[in-house]
Amino acid sequence: MEKKETMIRLKGVCKNYQIGREVIHALDEATLEVTEGEFVSIIGPSGSGKSTLMNIIGCLDVADSGEYILDGIPIEDYTEGELAKIRNKKIGFVFQSFNLIPKLTAEENVELPLIYQKVKRAERARRVEEALKRVKLERRASHYPTELSGGQQQRVAIARAIATDPSLILADEPTGNLDSATSKEIMDIFHELHQQGHTIVLITHDNDVAAQAERSIHILDGKVTEVKR
Amino acid sequence: MQTLKMALKSIGSNKLRAFLTMLGIIIGVMALVILVSLVNGATGSVTDTISSLGKNMITVSISDNKGAPVQISDLSEWMQDPSLGGVAAYTKESFTGKKDGNAETVDVYGVTSYYEQIQGMSMLLGRFLRSTDIDNHTYVCVINEKLATELIGYTDCLGQEITLGGIRYTVVGVVEDNDTSLTKSYNNDSLSAYIPYTSLVRMSDSATLEITSFYVDAAEDKTTKDAEERITQILLDRFEDDEDAFTVKSQDTLENTMNDVSSALTILLGGIAAISLIVGGIGIMNIMLVTVTERTREIGIRKAIGANRHVILQQFLLEAVVLCMMGCGIGIGLSWAVLQVIGIVVSSLSITFTLNGTVVLIAVGFCFLIGIVFGLYPANKAAKMKPIDALHYGG
Ligand SMILES: Nc1ncnc2c1ncn2[C@@H]1O[C@H](COP(=O)(O)OP(=O)(O)O)[C@@H](O)[C@H]1O
Ligand SMILES: [Mg+2]
Repeated sequence: MEKKETMIRLKGVCKNYQIGREVIHALDEATLEVTEGEFVSIIGPSGSGKSTLMNIIGCLDVADSGEYILDGIPIEDYTEGELAKIRNKKIGFVFQSFNLIPKLTAEENVELPLIYQKVKRAERARRVEEALKRVKLERRASHYPTELSGGQQQRVAIARAIATDPSLILADEPTGNLDSATSKEIMDIFHELHQQGHTIVLITHDNDVAAQAERSIHILDGKVTEVKR
Repeated sequence: MQTLKMALKSIGSNKLRAFLTMLGIIIGVMALVILVSLVNGATGSVTDTISSLGKNMITVSISDNKGAPVQISDLSEWMQDPSLGGVAAYTKESFTGKKDGNAETVDVYGVTSYYEQIQGMSMLLGRFLRSTDIDNHTYVCVINEKLATELIGYTDCLGQEITLGGIRYTVVGVVEDNDTSLTKSYNNDSLSAYIPYTSLVRMSDSATLEITSFYVDAAEDKTTKDAEERITQILLDRFEDDEDAFTVKSQDTLENTMNDVSSALTILLGGIAAISLIVGGIGIMNIMLVTVTERTREIGIRKAIGANRHVILQQFLLEAVVLCMMGCGIGIGLSWAVLQVIGIVVSSLSITFTLNGTVVLIAVGFCFLIGIVFGLYPANKAAKMKPIDALHYGG
């Protein structure tokens, strides 16, 4: 196997929340590495700090201390505008609660990141169609999120994540709100995306789902440990 | 373009609220446009009435006649000009007026016959001077009421003889002292006598038949401005295109006063309307703040998928501006309708109320400004949100 670049490198990352007098260590000295092209699952019970970890990896939030190097550049070297650009081009998010914009149709939701990228209209239309085809939703393009089932909404969210062809796909419990049959459909899409070369970090509290990844990382009370198999 | 579509869509998603928000702007714009248009329409018609009274005279004085002095015959010729209503020469001197041992200092005006009309004088008794009086330099005079009472003792004095500067004149007319005189161009307090121009020339050392000052007014179907241009042209032709040889001043003081009053009213009412527009702007800001809070999660999603500060700011700012401009458009449309209705209602008054173009432009500009000013704070609030906080808002 050829040598791949390290994409994500977290070293001693801490994130604390203060609630009243109590300080919650959502992330406690988290250290981990993800290489390009990997399919990594992060598993842990509810409240263990999975979402916090993903938000930091996805540049939605910043750590209180520790080091986060994305593609060889420390995150604190980026300006706010550059971070927005990274989220736009390099990362595709899939959330547990889908996070589609209810006023926009499936098509428009998928188009949105491309608009922010200033892609030309014709090219946008082409890429939106392609992304929807990849999640087999081309026939629901003009439906609003409320007119779609949970699984379909999540597929739209995935289409939105992949429309910009990002190198990293971050999924926070993407199957958490779905039944097992639909979960399987969604997982199949992730496997397919992995085969196409995307790096995937998938967060879950479900062992079966986690086991489908190449590598699993366990998180408990903000502490990260590699699961040996 | 894309952002505009988004703004329209988000406004369209809550039409009632958008309308209520716009109401402040709509009312403000209507107040501004209708009030200003009404003031303009009303003063326009009043000014028209005033000019139709024919009191807008033009004063001409000649400083350098270039060897071609203006004479009475020239005036008669100009009287025939289609642009000019009439021409009246005048010159003024003071003489002692005497009658039966009474003596008063009298302002004696040497004039031609059109002077009566151009000054809007009204005769109490008798007649004014006629062209034949001028041509034959007869010794007849027209005096004002005040002179009649002071010098003769009563106003019913036609046919009486008085002496002015030692020469006997027969009184042929008495001019009413009109307290309500609009132009005030002749003084009610003075003792005045009007004699043929030619007669004054004979009495005076300084006055000659070379006329140096005269009044002109416009023909009935022409404006004062037309007449002003015409007489200027005539004099330019006469005086070798030398603009400095003479001055032409139009004395439409009343029109000017009317215009001053009109602008003052316009500014006052416009100011009041502008305040209601600002109140409308505050309404917009209020709703935009609510919208931003309501859509916090949407902002979070947009930021997560790559919207930067600038894009979010633009989106909400545009929404505020579009709201304002829609309100403005509706307001102007309604104003037009209201003016139309008022026009029909008062059609008997022959006043026309039309949408004033300038005020429409001002309204549009002002609404745009209000959209920017009152949209900026909410939009900036949205743009400043941290993606993670916004995403987790309310759940
Ligand atoms: N914005 C926040 N404010 C306060 N505490 C928070 C916040 N976000 C997360 N936490 C706390 O941090 C811990 C980790 O949360 P999270 O990363 O969401 O867990 P998970 O996604 O694994 O369920 C939890 O105890 C949670 O209560
Ligand atoms: Mg979570």
